[in-house]
Amino acid sequence: MAAPGAAATDLEVVRGKRAALFFAAVAIVLGLPLWWKTTETYRAPLPYSEISGLNALQLRLMVPVTVVFTRESVPSDDQEKLPFTVVHEREIPLKYKMKIKCRFQKAYRRALDHEEEALSLGSMQEAETMLAEPQEQAEGSLTVYVIPEHSSLLPQDMMSYIGPERTAVVRGIMHREAFNIVGRRVIQVAQAMSLTEDVLAAALADHLPEDKWSSDKRRPLKSSLGYEITFSLLNPDPKSHDVHWDIEGAVRRYVQPFLSALSAAGNFSVDSQILYYAVLGVNPRFDPASSSYYLAAHSLPHVINPVESRLGSSAASLYPVLNFLLYVPELAHSPLYIQDKDGAPVATNAFHSPRWGGIMVYNVDPKAYNASKLPVRVEVDMEQVMEVFLAQLRLLFGIAQPQLPVKCLFSGPKSEGLTTWELDRLLWARSVENLATATTTLTSLAQLLGKISNIVIKDDVASEVYRAVAAVQKAAEELASGHLASAFTASQEAVTSSERAFFDPSLLHLLYFPDDQKFAIYIPLFLPMAVPILLSLVKIFLETRKSWKKPEKTTYAPPRRISTRSTSSGSRFETWTQALSSLKSRSPQLQSGCPSTGEIWTPMLDALSATSSHLPSSA
Amino acid sequence: MAAALPLVLFVLLLLGPVGRGHAEPPRDSLREELVITPLPSGDVAATFQFRTRWDSELQREEVSHYRLFPKALGQLISKYSLRELHLSFTQGFWRTRYWGPPFLQAPSGAELWVWFQDTVTDVDKSWKELSNVLSGIFCASLNFIDSTNTVTPTASFKPLGLANGTDHNFLRYAVLPREVVCTENLTPWKKLLPCSSKAGLSVLLKADRLFHTSYHSQAVHIRPVCRNARCTSVSWELRQTLSVVFDAFVTGQGKKDWSLFRMFSRTLTEPCPLASESRVYVDITGYNQDNETLEVTPPPTTTYQDVILGARKTYAVYDLLDTAVINNSRNLNLQLKWKSPPESEAPPVPFLHAQRYVSGYGLQNGKLNTLLYNTHPHRAFPVLLLDTVPWHLRLYVHTLTITSKGKDNKPSYVHYQPAQDRLQPHLLEMLIQLPANSATKVSIQFERALLKWTEYTPDPNHGFYVRYPVSDSSSYFVRLYTEPLLVNLPTPDFSMPYNVICLTCTVVAVCYGSFYNLLTRTFHIEEPSTGGLAKRLANLIRRARGVPPL
Repeated sequence: MAAPGAAATDLEVVRGKRAALFFAAVAIVLGLPLWWKTTETYRAPLPYSEISGLNALQLRLMVPVTVVFTRESVPSDDQEKLPFTVVHEREIPLKYKMKIKCRFQKAYRRALDHEEEALSLGSMQEAETMLAEPQEQAEGSLTVYVIPEHSSLLPQDMMSYIGPERTAVVRGIMHREAFNIVGRRVIQVAQAMSLTEDVLAAALADHLPEDKWSSDKRRPLKSSLGYEITFSLLNPDPKSHDVHWDIEGAVRRYVQPFLSALSAAGNFSVDSQILYYAVLGVNPRFDPASSSYYLAAHSLPHVINPVESRLGSSAASLYPVLNFLLYVPELAHSPLYIQDKDGAPVATNAFHSPRWGGIMVYNVDPKAYNASKLPVRVEVDMEQVMEVFLAQLRLLFGIAQPQLPVKCLFSGPKSEGLTTWELDRLLWARSVENLATATTTLTSLAQLLGKISNIVIKDDVASEVYRAVAAVQKAAEELASGHLASAFTASQEAVTSSERAFFDPSLLHLLYFPDDQKFAIYIPLFLPMAVPILLSLVKIFLETRKSWKKPEKTTYAPPRRISTRSTSSGSRFETWTQALSSLKSRSPQLQSGCPSTGEIWTPMLDALSATSSHLPSSA
Repeated sequence: MAAALPLVLFVLLLLGPVGRGHAEPPRDSLREELVITPLPSGDVAATFQFRTRWDSELQREEVSHYRLFPKALGQLISKYSLRELHLSFTQGFWRTRYWGPPFLQAPSGAELWVWFQDTVTDVDKSWKELSNVLSGIFCASLNFIDSTNTVTPTASFKPLGLANGTDHNFLRYAVLPREVVCTENLTPWKKLLPCSSKAGLSVLLKADRLFHTSYHSQAVHIRPVCRNARCTSVSWELRQTLSVVFDAFVTGQGKKDWSLFRMFSRTLTEPCPLASESRVYVDITGYNQDNETLEVTPPPTTTYQDVILGARKTYAVYDLLDTAVINNSRNLNLQLKWKSPPESEAPPVPFLHAQRYVSGYGLQNGKLNTLLYNTHPHRAFPVLLLDTVPWHLRLYVHTLTITSKGKDNKPSYVHYQPAQDRLQPHLLEMLIQLPANSATKVSIQFERALLKWTEYTPDPNHGFYVRYPVSDSSSYFVRLYTEPLLVNLPTPDFSMPYNVICLTCTVVAVCYGSFYNLLTRTFHIEEPSTGGLAKRLANLIRRARGVPPL
């Protein structure tokens, strides 16, 4: 009777084992992937390696320089060697992760007939108009004409000349090393007209470590697709002053020409307003000697704040705003002068605030008060005002005065107040700044997305990132091949795409889904399901190991206690109860530690004890 | 009688004499007015109106130069091609029954309605952007305006200004009844005034007093108007209005007397030098030299009288630009004293007023009822009723009934646009004839929808606001708003999802546990020889009793 019974039991035991293994297999093969798939967040693939590659990008800024030699500018045997190309490259030392190299590609050639003719004329102006006519020069390129050493085109003491267009003139030399000497002069002039360390340092001011010069370099506005320029007339005392300004005419005459010259750098919109009862934030100091009022230099930072709330933000666009304020002081505080750091009054009576705009104080002519009763009609002299505002506008766009080499004649800007090469220089600087901004944005976005695994990355975000990376690479290539205009456009696109990806609202959706809540939701299901599977797996593993070790039983005796325990079905029940009791003894701590999840433990333990009550009592 | 008052007074304000003659007419002008009216209930209403008019084609000029007209709003007009913009923020509800009809109607919360130029191609996009920009300008939650609370009325809200062609597709209307109005909305509103709050009537706008009132409503209206009589060119008019109702018993310590200082804790000191007109009107109806009922100080230099449908209204006029008004005492503190307090008779009931309530029980069905009263003894009024109901109240249109005097009242025009879940609200527009001396009841049944749990507002047990029906009476142009309704939707316990998870998991775990045991355990028959604890216990007892053990 015992033998068939034991055989049946063995069969049952094997069947039970198989069932347990099957459960485990289903849980692992089916359950885990299902759980993984249904709970994962969608993360579109991003070009992480390319983004990290951008940081090691080498920017090579190529300036194509055409050097045109007229007859008798260099020795005739040297003339025979023309045309040929010389490349002059040097690294710009900046404390920035990108290596920036400046490369002047000098294409030497002989002058054409009409160029000879033009350069043999008597004055520089005539020569320029004649040279400018036939060919259109590409953005960023330069043409340097080398004229004979004793040409009368330039004054005798001047060695070189920089024109308002993309042209310059250098004196040649009759010397054995003529090309070397002329080449050095050409580089000097070309550097002044294109890229200098200062320009790049100012463009990258936000990305460079701070030094003592940084505040000055941080003056220009950051690069943007467009800019809003607002002129505001502040009249704090409309009872005494009836101020009129012809802003329409002034904008048309002075501002629009300058802005249309600058239009390659972005879109501009201009508007103006008059604000009444808008006062400055500080009380001026009275000086009895001159019976006038003074604003000290150290109080100027406090002037703007109370006015700014009245200026109003631009409702219609997201472009940065440049404010230019014309302040007509109230009768009780006029005349009002601005003092510099040494206490002397500032000649223009104006100051500017970096990246914000400029303020000018306009005093009413004191004679006006005698003639008529209040309010006095005041007509603002717009030429005087616009002179100051345009100078400030140039500074705020980062168009500094050029650093000329010695003995160099500078023609001065054209009528609109901007030379063509100054615009090119601005575009170089803006392109580099855009590239740096886009790279920083992409790097931090990649870091953020890599660090927080909760964030959903949608396809459109990913495509913006791809587009930005491609645009950065394209801009770098275009810079290296000297196509400034397309490089600038690509760099703008890089910034736009990278910012759009970085500020995409979809990135925030699941950001604040904490892990403890996830556990609180998973535990009620996963714990009661996983514990039996794991326990039976452990038991099966132990039994298999024991059966493997059985043949070696003759060499050494394994502890008998274990073998008996694991065979009897009663021991299985014991392990169960042990697990249960350990779980139960742990549960109060869990309850006290985490009050919100307390209610799950009771039903779960009930469920567990319910399962345990189904167990047969030990044989 | 009282129903016509707003219209007539409005005309009075419009036709006020034009200010000083300028040698060269400026391209923009500012006029400011304040009307102080003691209300029948004893409270005092003060209504400010600042009108800036600008003779400029805002939409054509490339570079815009602003003087009195605020730049922020001017830019909006040109950027979004607006034809008209009407925005109001209101805290409290104008109690028409006790206060009479208001000068300027506004619903509580925020209301925005805009007519776009017919050159706009994507009206919905412009509307969305505009509401976001306005939300920034006025520090309000207008950015919550989306398609679920925007409607395009077909008959109501006609343009108030110059308009040729009124294709209602360019109109958008939205109301946010939950919007709370406070100082942060008043400050940007004050900044739009040319004299800010430094001179003129705007000196009185002190936030802590204005919000210490029973009713506060501020509004911005922009519309194009004719520049001259022949209407050859267009000017833009910006009307900024603010009405407050001071509770007489709070501000006046139980007395009905009032003064500017007591109400606003400020007095008028100087006129705004930019204004071409700056006046204060005080309603002194019932005041004359012989009758000793009330006294105004300083005594008015001029009074203005008009007969409004038989009711004689008298206004004392104070012109701030008149040097005598302020210069004598350096400031102007208007005061009104009642010598013999007016007997508190029941206030005259206005001709038209409306009421609204929800009936029904439970959380599934309900009924929206709107009562429209016409108390005129012998005149019927046509009324245009506009009702927008959020999608989560599902209207049963077949249950729409309109009864007046016990009989069915057939509307002569009905426009109904059904709601789409999470997309658009119900829109119901009806032209109803209100018979003389009647109460008309408009009722419609609805079912409450279940929302998704993320769609509930932060405080769902508070209830959900249902916008008010707006009734326009065309012959008088009176616009009435009823009180907003608060409807309770079935609101779940928000910890429920977690409880459900726990419960479901427990059930699954129990089933799974038994199933697992059945499949993996080995069962065999137990030998009865080894007794359990119960048997041993039984044997112990049996031995004690002397009975043979089992």
